[in-house]
Amino acid sequence: MTTDPGRPLQTIVATDCGSTTTKAILIEKIGDEYRQTYRGEAPTTVEAPFEDVTRGVLNAIAEIEELSGRKILDGERIMTPSGAGGNPKAGVDIYISTSSAGGGLQMMVAGVVQSMTAESAQRCALGAGAIVMDVLSSNDGRLPHEKIERIRSLRPDMILLSGGTDGGTVMHVVEMAEYIAAAEPRPRLGMSYNLPLIYAGNKEARERVTEILAKKTALTVTENLRPTLEKENLTPARNKIHDLFLEHVMAQAPGYKKLIAWAGAPIMPTPAAVGLIMETIAKKQGINLIGVDIGGATTDVFSIFQGVFNRTVSANLGMSYSISNVLAEAGLDNIMRWVPFSIDEQDLRNRIKNKMIRPTTVPQTLDELQIEQAIAREALRLALIHHKSLATGLKGVQQERSISDVFEQKGSGESRVDMLQLNLIVGSGGILSHAPRRVQALLMMVDAYEPLGFTELAVDSIFMMPHLGVLSTVDEKAATDVFVRDCLIYLGTCVAPIGQGAWGERCADYTITFQGGREPVKGTLKFGELRLCPLAAGEEAGVSITPARAVDVGAGRGVPVERRARGGVVGLVLDGRGRPLQLPVKQDERVRALKEWNRALDLYPG
Amino acid sequence: MGHTYTPGLTVTPRTIISKKRILPLSGTVLVKANDTVTSSTVVARAELPGKVYVVNLVNQLGILPEDLPDYMIKREGEKVEKGDVLAETRPLIKWFKTDVRSPITGTVETVSTATGQVILREPPRPVELFAYLDGTVVEAFPGQGVRVETPCAFIQGIFGIGGETWGEVVLAASSPDEDLTESMLTPHHAGKVVVGGAFAGAEVLARARAVGVKAIVVGGMHDKDLRALLGYDLGVAITGTENVGFTLVLTEGFGRIPMAGKTFELLKKLGGRKACVSGATQIRAGVMRPEIIVPLAPGERVEGIEAGQVGEARGGVKVGDPVRVIREPFFGHIGQVVKLPPDLTMIPTESHVRVMEVMFPDGTRAVVPRANIEVIEG
Repeated sequence: MTTDPGRPLQTIVATDCGSTTTKAILIEKIGDEYRQTYRGEAPTTVEAPFEDVTRGVLNAIAEIEELSGRKILDGERIMTPSGAGGNPKAGVDIYISTSSAGGGLQMMVAGVVQSMTAESAQRCALGAGAIVMDVLSSNDGRLPHEKIERIRSLRPDMILLSGGTDGGTVMHVVEMAEYIAAAEPRPRLGMSYNLPLIYAGNKEARERVTEILAKKTALTVTENLRPTLEKENLTPARNKIHDLFLEHVMAQAPGYKKLIAWAGAPIMPTPAAVGLIMETIAKKQGINLIGVDIGGATTDVFSIFQGVFNRTVSANLGMSYSISNVLAEAGLDNIMRWVPFSIDEQDLRNRIKNKMIRPTTVPQTLDELQIEQAIAREALRLALIHHKSLATGLKGVQQERSISDVFEQKGSGESRVDMLQLNLIVGSGGILSHAPRRVQALLMMVDAYEPLGFTELAVDSIFMMPHLGVLSTVDEKAATDVFVRDCLIYLGTCVAPIGQGAWGERCADYTITFQGGREPVKGTLKFGELRLCPLAAGEEAGVSITPARAVDVGAGRGVPVERRARGGVVGLVLDGRGRPLQLPVKQDERVRALKEWNRALDLYPG
Repeated sequence: MGHTYTPGLTVTPRTIISKKRILPLSGTVLVKANDTVTSSTVVARAELPGKVYVVNLVNQLGILPEDLPDYMIKREGEKVEKGDVLAETRPLIKWFKTDVRSPITGTVETVSTATGQVILREPPRPVELFAYLDGTVVEAFPGQGVRVETPCAFIQGIFGIGGETWGEVVLAASSPDEDLTESMLTPHHAGKVVVGGAFAGAEVLARARAVGVKAIVVGGMHDKDLRALLGYDLGVAITGTENVGFTLVLTEGFGRIPMAGKTFELLKKLGGRKACVSGATQIRAGVMRPEIIVPLAPGERVEGIEAGQVGEARGGVKVGDPVRVIREPFFGHIGQVVKLPPDLTMIPTESHVRVMEVMFPDGTRAVVPRANIEVIEG
């Protein structure tokens, strides 16, 4: 449902069909800029008794109709274009949507060498917005029959098979194809169609792979995603994943055929759309960015460093359905180190399990809120570790070394995530976006990510990044306008010197100068200290910082730095707690320190 | 704010439950619409493809993959017995002959001239699908399965482990706030669905396994006891395939929590009847809760208990509704809604949420976020 392509879009309605909720937003052109004006939501209706995703979409849009007074629906049809019949308050110019309903896109990937083609295939699938259920490779340590059993039991939506550089191994790729064929894999949805499989490996193995897999799967062959060891070419395979997602996976889900017909642009998997808007913004502003979306079941991390996009999904790190797994992976001590009181272990474990089985409950007391935010810090921390391990340069690449490299022996496959080069962290998900005080969201991200030097932080206001991602494929200006003006809430800037020292010792001297005649602020930041300097959204300040001899603020040890810092709803945070961040080991000292930091930032009431 | 949706767990003496019973892969449906079935009736059968074995012949024979067909004794599609020769070399001197024998009884599925490996498959394994409920087949899906329907008493739990089972309901605890103890479980409980009160500890669960009970239904348990029972820490609430010797259903949650009086009273009335129990729980898209289904004869009612209004869409929570608080600081308390202020209210965390005022049986009142209560339905 689109309008005349020559006419600029005036009114856009976008939905994101999530597993539980369908969220709709209305975007309107006001003057020269696009703004998000109204939102509505309704339960997703993919499952029984409705079994038709469009019901939830219509309900969510109906809520926008009620709030905005704009007539968008004509019975069970979205009216396009806007202004139809001469009524300026009727219709929209385009309807677009993303979807993660029914568990999103679930894929299995396979390659020959785990750290090379299999890892490239994994990056490709993740970047396309998939949840990667398993990564198979010739050297993954499993015996052939174990691999075959695994393929058979998984029932993914799609398989991506890579392997071999062009002109490289044929035998090992064919071997993986044989395992897949022997497993007779079946798709997750629908009993009667063949499982989509994309082959993106050695072009010289195409014929053999086709012979083996064409009869047993819905095979699509595309360009090799790792044509040489030095080069990754993920775009063709990623595009194929999106095509097959629409043609096969979505077409099997109830009501999606109708939804696809309504939409004026291809429906995207939700995480792919979120990745796209982040990539668009990072490239447009020329910044390095980390984005995180911490949900109930999973935590997605996106990064763009030097223009290279990476996404990972930690499938079992979340704040409700998977909360118990955060405890299992992080361990009780790591969670409790963020809590400024003690609690009986059995009681805490029971509380966490009760949150898992009743995921929609909210903390009513301050203690409960602090425990949930402690768990969030650990989920965020673990998800970033996972991300760093996959967002790497290519492994297996030969490197020329000169004599100057002798003292800095970096191997191939170093993580691209360099916290010192990071400009902006964007947080999304209920625990961050709906924290009662914005400073709580800021400190959760600072504690979990330990940003270095100068880093800006922001949160997504109402989770509209998926909508904006798909919108950017139709109208980039509209998407970036709304992203900057309505989507992001800037929290402020964190300045974190790198180094450690005895608590109370000098870490750095600073001078903060403001626009508009406000008195400069001067002071000495001590180790173990957190300081907050109010700096409103839209304001900037000059920060001049002279670190102690062993401390680095980005320019080297002891080297002074002068930078501009952007304000936000929290302000400018000076973090003298040292990097890497180390909390006191003794319980009473730790509790005292946490309480002091909480006071310094006015983190909690009372 | 759009809709207020406060889901609850169903506890009802009479409703109609309809279950779709579908094979994991296409097979044969053995019953037809209107057939009467019991839990143990096999309604459909399928053949699960046999396990696959990969034998790399070229490595063992010292030949090239493309030459493999010349050395094969068994061809693609041919049946083999364990120990049969699959392929052999033919040297001039027989003494130097090498052969490779089949490690299994099955079929030669593929012979690859690219990799030099042979894939063998064991004979298919039959999979039988039980009706699970005593009831009537109302719909048959050719090649896939059936829908079975039954009038029944129906109780949903909040969390469970273990698959489908059935047995006679026996009350071991005498009140909903009594803990289930080791001494309450006797050999008499073998094959039964045992109902406890507030709590079952690790030693009780060990005893249940030793005695051979089919299922335990209890208010709560500790997380550490669940870990001990499973042998690992359950990270994500997707259950139903555990094999701990019995099926476990928690009606209230983790901790020591008295079973809701209504649930306990209903189970008490159902004592001596056959219950079909499943511990399968899935708490994300496609929510699934554990269940206790007690099939009833058409028109039959459980004496002494009024039927509820299950199946009707709830219009949301109302003043007077019985509710259970499902989060601290009043976790597990049961009370009645006395006020439903429409505006957002600030709670001690400083969040602004919709709340309700609940009165507990001792007359005390508390303000609780609406998200933190569950309507006791049925």
